[in-house]
Amino acid sequence: MNPWNHDVAKDELDLVDVQVDGVWLKMPRGLNVVEVAHRSKRFIPHYCYHPKLSVVGNCRMCLFEMGAPKMNADRSPVIGHDGKPEIAWMPRPQIGCATGVTHGMGIRTDSPLVKDCRNGVMEFLLINHPLDCPICDQAGECKLQEFSVEYGTGASRFVEDKVKKPKNVDLGERIVLDDERCILCSRCVRFSSEVMKDDVLGFVNRGSHSTLTAYPGKRFDNAYSLNTVDLCPVGALTSKDFRFQMRVWFLKETKSICTSCGTGCSTTIGSREGKVHRLTPRENEAVNSAWMCDYGRLNIHYLDSKDRLHRPLLKAVGEQFPGTWADAIHRAAEGLGKVKPEEIAVLASARLTNEELFVLKRLVGELGVTRVDMVPHSGQADNFLRSGDGNPNGRGAELLGLSSGGRQFSSWGAEIISGKIRALLVLGGEDVVAAGISPSALQKLDLLLFSGILGNETSRLAHVVLPSAATAEKTGSMVNVHGRLQRMTRAIAAPGEAREDWLILRDLREACTGGNSLHSVEDVWKAIAAEVPQFAGLSWAKIGDLGVQLETRSISSEGTLLKA
Amino acid sequence: MACREHRLVFKNIDVRGYTRDIACYQKHGGYEILKKGLAMGGGAIRDEVKKSQLRGRGGAGFPTGTKWSFIDPAKTTKPIYLICNADESEPGTFKDRQIIHKDPHQLLEGMILSCFANGVKLAYLYIRCEFTEGWKIMEKALEEARAAGFLGKNILKTGYDLEIYVHRGAGAYICGEETGLIESLEGKRAYPRIKPPYFPAVLGLYMCPTIVNNVETLCNVKHIVDMGGEAYAKIGRSNNTGTRLLCVSGDVVRPGYYEFPVGALTLGQLINDVCGGIRNGNRLKAVIPGGSSAKVLKAGEVFKIKEKGLDGKMLEKEVGLENLRLDFDTLAAAGSMAGSGGVIVMDHTRDMVECLANISAFYAHESCGQCTPCREGVLWLKKILGRIAEGHGREDDPALLKEVADRIAGRTICAFGEAAAWPVQSFISKFKAEFSVRIARNGSASRRDTISLLH
Repeated sequence: MNPWNHDVAKDELDLVDVQVDGVWLKMPRGLNVVEVAHRSKRFIPHYCYHPKLSVVGNCRMCLFEMGAPKMNADRSPVIGHDGKPEIAWMPRPQIGCATGVTHGMGIRTDSPLVKDCRNGVMEFLLINHPLDCPICDQAGECKLQEFSVEYGTGASRFVEDKVKKPKNVDLGERIVLDDERCILCSRCVRFSSEVMKDDVLGFVNRGSHSTLTAYPGKRFDNAYSLNTVDLCPVGALTSKDFRFQMRVWFLKETKSICTSCGTGCSTTIGSREGKVHRLTPRENEAVNSAWMCDYGRLNIHYLDSKDRLHRPLLKAVGEQFPGTWADAIHRAAEGLGKVKPEEIAVLASARLTNEELFVLKRLVGELGVTRVDMVPHSGQADNFLRSGDGNPNGRGAELLGLSSGGRQFSSWGAEIISGKIRALLVLGGEDVVAAGISPSALQKLDLLLFSGILGNETSRLAHVVLPSAATAEKTGSMVNVHGRLQRMTRAIAAPGEAREDWLILRDLREACTGGNSLHSVEDVWKAIAAEVPQFAGLSWAKIGDLGVQLETRSISSEGTLLKA
Repeated sequence: MACREHRLVFKNIDVRGYTRDIACYQKHGGYEILKKGLAMGGGAIRDEVKKSQLRGRGGAGFPTGTKWSFIDPAKTTKPIYLICNADESEPGTFKDRQIIHKDPHQLLEGMILSCFANGVKLAYLYIRCEFTEGWKIMEKALEEARAAGFLGKNILKTGYDLEIYVHRGAGAYICGEETGLIESLEGKRAYPRIKPPYFPAVLGLYMCPTIVNNVETLCNVKHIVDMGGEAYAKIGRSNNTGTRLLCVSGDVVRPGYYEFPVGALTLGQLINDVCGGIRNGNRLKAVIPGGSSAKVLKAGEVFKIKEKGLDGKMLEKEVGLENLRLDFDTLAAAGSMAGSGGVIVMDHTRDMVECLANISAFYAHESCGQCTPCREGVLWLKKILGRIAEGHGREDDPALLKEVADRIAGRTICAFGEAAAWPVQSFISKFKAEFSVRIARNGSASRRDTISLLH
């Protein structure tokens, strides 16, 4: 996926002896000094270096003192009092990002020279910087701020006029640039050209007047452009969606995954007081490296949509009225009790979590329902992260045996009209009208039950509407198109009376069949792991933050997206 | 007095009746050395260049034979490129221009020999954009050489193919830095590359092994092939062999370009005997011996220089400015450098604050802006110096200038950092009083006041 992975050694077993701040360690040969320091629990500050981009060495923040073994006349190393080789230190500092370690190399990350180098770079970077932290979105997660505190001095010696550059530059569809804040590290330029192959960003002018810009007449608006906002170590590139919305230090960070397509990029949800303010990619080499698409990142606004369902609705005399959860569940169970199992159809959704689908499976099993299906959703695949599968948990549904890929569903419209189907349970928010069943057919049903996040044509016709929780509002797990099992964690509470689907389904099941032994969503997972062979032995702790790769050969080969 | 010029590269330059067309060049023995070289074979030429101890004439003085030895034509699977660096931009330097304008075929012959020696099939002549006439002259010379069979396929029926293209520079000083030049030649901004890993000999033009040599250096190759490396090494001094083109500018009676064996004369001889002394009967104040980036030398300065005595032992001698030999090692020992051969002479009427402000303005304008210390630091230096020159200096400014310069030199991607920092470091340390006086007399002091206060 990435043209570069500097944090991965060519050979993790080919080790050399390296002295880092006086301590001899074994490190993979050729690994760069920034990464070596990181693995040594030291830290070498840097701006331009990024493990997934080419190394350009322009910021000079990672300068360190380098040494080589002192040699005797016979080319044998000089051994010191401690029995270790003595090191001859070079007077000229070197950049850590472009220096691979060799046997016997000495590294000083904290010497007076190194401190002076960093102090100098900090001073240089700040002399023409606007120092507008109070109105800058990057404040709180800005490397200029952080390294100023660590390596800078409190006062400036610069009394000249600062260089003026363009501000509020409309760089593209989703990005605004402040050139005065830019420290010209070129991370955005490299991401765009090396990872996205969209060579649209570059520098013009020279020296201190160097300015980041888009190619004349071109816009910076590729499908992954917002990654440059994450890559930008300062506040030069800002997201139009997020800027001026929230100070980052107020954001609660919750580990989750993106559910906008079948890839399931690892994400961090940034939320405050029940509102999600942003979604950012969380590094996961097995899924999305350090990136995510702009579409998935910005797909958070539906959480506050005016179509959001907040309370259970019950239909009476042709109209929907708000009701209590108890009434709604009772009404649904009552309705199901009046029809035979073979007259019930359940349309689930591969947007539900494994846990939700598992409870749903128990429910339909106990009711004896055989008409169970899901509607496939296709997405816009690209050759990068976006999957052609628009459902985030199609694999999970397959593993749980709940999907026939819409083949059953296609005949349901006719079966409703002919009276074969009298109750339709739409669990997971599908709009069956949009999927091909006419409103007049739906109106023939004795029971149309709908659970979902947003209202739609189907929900408006439903006898019972159950409001449910969205990704950021629930805890559970999903399996992506490549067979990776990953977890999501609730960041905020669902709005109003909306509830997580597994709770809705549990209560419905209890009301219909009396069955319940599941008291927490983790209990559900334990039951899945005990029952579904592919998940056997996996606990949530084992799944961890980065997920686990399932034995892909055990996954149905029906899906064309399966790569392994 | 050893003040007679020894013209080798400049042999035919300014000779009455000598023209730059190929007929005239051949009439004067042109391309005969090429025939000799082609018969010798590449390895033999490389050996002679190594024996000659020739050092690069672009500024750094790196041994040419060593530079070539980083590439083994027999073992390299990628194409090898040679680039002639004709981006002559160092202030005070105007030697390559003379060669290009007045004896272009000498350069081509040197280039073809060097290409042949290193198995190069494609070479570029990177000429600075501002040399519009020089560009046309080189294009014409290439055409003539092609027509005469010295270039192209099967050169002189030896089976050796070589093409040379002229590439016009992008109008920036940094295009003369060899890796910046390579980037520029590839069509990109002339951002110098980090070394390691992008040493030209390994990952040069199009990531292939590349040799970048200065115009004068390549011309010398022709003479080395002609006379043999050992004979060439007898000109000049050990480790400082051959002749050197010197460009003298500033406050001398006869500024201009001269050619002398390296180290054959002292700075005093150059100024007083060759160039007729300081003009208007003024006194010498300072000399920048190797282009504007070299550290300034002050009149009356005494340098401690180690030299090998007749008995072979190293002796430390005290040498005055005017007795400094003009060679690579002596000028380096004096804390400056022979650089590009641009000798800038300043007399006692020169205001050092103005001079340094001028030099710093040049470097601030030419910093490519790639790496932080140079990009931000050099403009800062210019701004402080401009402020002092305008009469708004602060007491701490000289110390601040030095500290800023100290934090640029040695910490940048390319040598531009040193080029910009060295003048500041040396001017401030050697002419401190002049800066202090200027600052103390802020507002009231005009330029002339500063000078009169000091003398």
